[in-house]
Amino acid sequence: MRKLSMAEAIREAIKEEMRKDERVFCIGEDIGIKGGWGGAFGVTQGLSDEFGHKRILDTPISEAGIAGVAIGAAIMGMRPIADVEYGDFIFIAMDQLINNGAKLRYLSAEKIKVPMVMRVPVGTSGRGTQHAQSLESFFAHVPGLKVVCPSTPYDAKGMLKTAIRDDNLVMFFEHKLLYGAKGRKETIDVSMEVPKEEYLIPLGKADIKREGKDVTVIGLLRTVHTALSAAKELEKEGIETEVLDLRSLVPLDEETILQSVKKTGRVVVVQEDTPFGGWGAEITSLIAEKALDYLDAPPKRVAPPPTPVPFAPIMENYYVPNEEDIIRAVKEVIS
Amino acid sequence: MSNGGISKDKLIQMYTTMVKIRQFEDRVYLLFLQGEMPGTIHLYQGQEAVAAGVCANLRKEDLITSTHRPHGHAIAKGVSIKSLMAELFARKTGCCKAKGGSMHVGDMDVGMLPAIAIVGGGIPVATGLALGCKMMHTDKVVVSFFGDGASNTGAFHEGINMGAIWNLPIVYVCENNLYGASTHISKVMKIKNVADRATSYGIPGIAVDGNDVFSVYDAAKEAVSRAREGKGPTLLECKTYRRGGHSRSDSHRYRPKEEEEVWLAKDPIPRAKDKLIEMGVLTVERAKEIEDQTKREITEAIDYAQKSPFPKPEDTLLNVFS
Repeated sequence: MRKLSMAEAIREAIKEEMRKDERVFCIGEDIGIKGGWGGAFGVTQGLSDEFGHKRILDTPISEAGIAGVAIGAAIMGMRPIADVEYGDFIFIAMDQLINNGAKLRYLSAEKIKVPMVMRVPVGTSGRGTQHAQSLESFFAHVPGLKVVCPSTPYDAKGMLKTAIRDDNLVMFFEHKLLYGAKGRKETIDVSMEVPKEEYLIPLGKADIKREGKDVTVIGLLRTVHTALSAAKELEKEGIETEVLDLRSLVPLDEETILQSVKKTGRVVVVQEDTPFGGWGAEITSLIAEKALDYLDAPPKRVAPPPTPVPFAPIMENYYVPNEEDIIRAVKEVIS
Repeated sequence: MSNGGISKDKLIQMYTTMVKIRQFEDRVYLLFLQGEMPGTIHLYQGQEAVAAGVCANLRKEDLITSTHRPHGHAIAKGVSIKSLMAELFARKTGCCKAKGGSMHVGDMDVGMLPAIAIVGGGIPVATGLALGCKMMHTDKVVVSFFGDGASNTGAFHEGINMGAIWNLPIVYVCENNLYGASTHISKVMKIKNVADRATSYGIPGIAVDGNDVFSVYDAAKEAVSRAREGKGPTLLECKTYRRGGHSRSDSHRYRPKEEEEVWLAKDPIPRAKDKLIEMGVLTVERAKEIEDQTKREITEAIDYAQKSPFPKPEDTLLNVFS
């Protein structure tokens, strides 16, 4: 089977859905310009050749406009895939997404639907503080938005196709270091075999990426990969780590989380998102409320410090949770 | 006197709409003062000619977006008065099933999005509705209503610019009532007309007397036709004045009395009535009939709303996701 990078898998999902359904279109900055980049990370490269510029719609630098226009088009029955170049820019669109996108269905008592996907590249990648933030917790906080955070090309393709067909506004987060851009040394290679045949992955199903009986490490996006490599190290010391990839925060797969924690009795949550009020706190709270009796140690969070993302690589490395941080946390909950 | 090419029925329809809005708002204001209704209200008295004159050019399937001051737009677009009143009374039979309240009334069945109460926030969404209309090859037109205050937001700029570059079937209607809450427009805008801002987007910008329903109708007719013919958006500024304060608790002491007197004398409803009588379209008797009939309708709507059930507390949980 052929291998696909994250960017290729996402592109393939978009292509397949656009071929199948003419209501699906892409809207964003620099996504279809001839001789351009195909979006900030090359994901939409080549799509305007196949689908034309009416369906790969380049916009001004107007994030509030992009989000609001996509919401309006979705209400009319189109199925937009909107795009911001860097997640950090989405703060400009927060009013549209949160006050309109997340609420118009509710206000209209469901006479309105907002079937759209908002693709959002997040995470540190050596670009400094305004091109680095993790944003999934902000959006998981807003009732009415689905929040998807895939860690692998296989998951990204299957979940994006589902998200495009979903009748709700789906925030689709992609980690910049996972795209598979060639030539950048900090990129994490997550390319893998992805079937050509159609498949869908439901939103709200977590995935056990590695089975283990001693401790559950919960992550999403990039931290799943950090957790997997930490698990390899821990194995050498005889610790069997279960790595649970949440894949989506809303809906949240409580059942799989609780099952795993009940099995291992120990849990470490790893997020690149900032700690205070972050999704890791929600997961540990859930476990405390519903599985406390099964725990052999208090749940532990591994998260960046409560600071902006710094630029210097040496500081950025300090900021982002790494294998050693996870190993240390696992040993703490096991001791 | 000529009807200016407007049919007699259309003229009567616009006049009736204005009367309906005025009476609705006057009654709602009293009900609020009597403590019969929860929440807050932003009333539309004084601006009736804008909603009536613009919406008289729209078809049922055309769409509008509105603001925190939406009752007039809703009535003019054809949202049922019963469902509007029930929404204000927070009843299950309200047009948003009591999830919205005064600031969010709307009904997609007659082409009105639930009103968007963030100043300027509806403009990009309206632009998106128009993009959807165009992509789906309909001949529908979208009207985005907003106030003078909205024209200072980023959403105004981003939304109208996108509507302009893509030639979308939309009319941007700015109701300039001179005040954003308590702040006079002259303190926050250095040019004379909001309509002049259209130049920045390469679209027509027209300023009209928003208290003259005939002027509003004519300008909107041209803008709506342009939009429907695929010639792109227009920015239509209607200069008007709210008769009351910004919201329920506002006694509008920031407005000079002389200014209020000038504008209150330009009340759009008596002006339209006098002109229609002069034109021979309306008689004093017919006008009285319209007023009485409207009064009955509104009394019925209040009765309907007050007799309607409240939502169940747990209805809170419905309609978040599909």
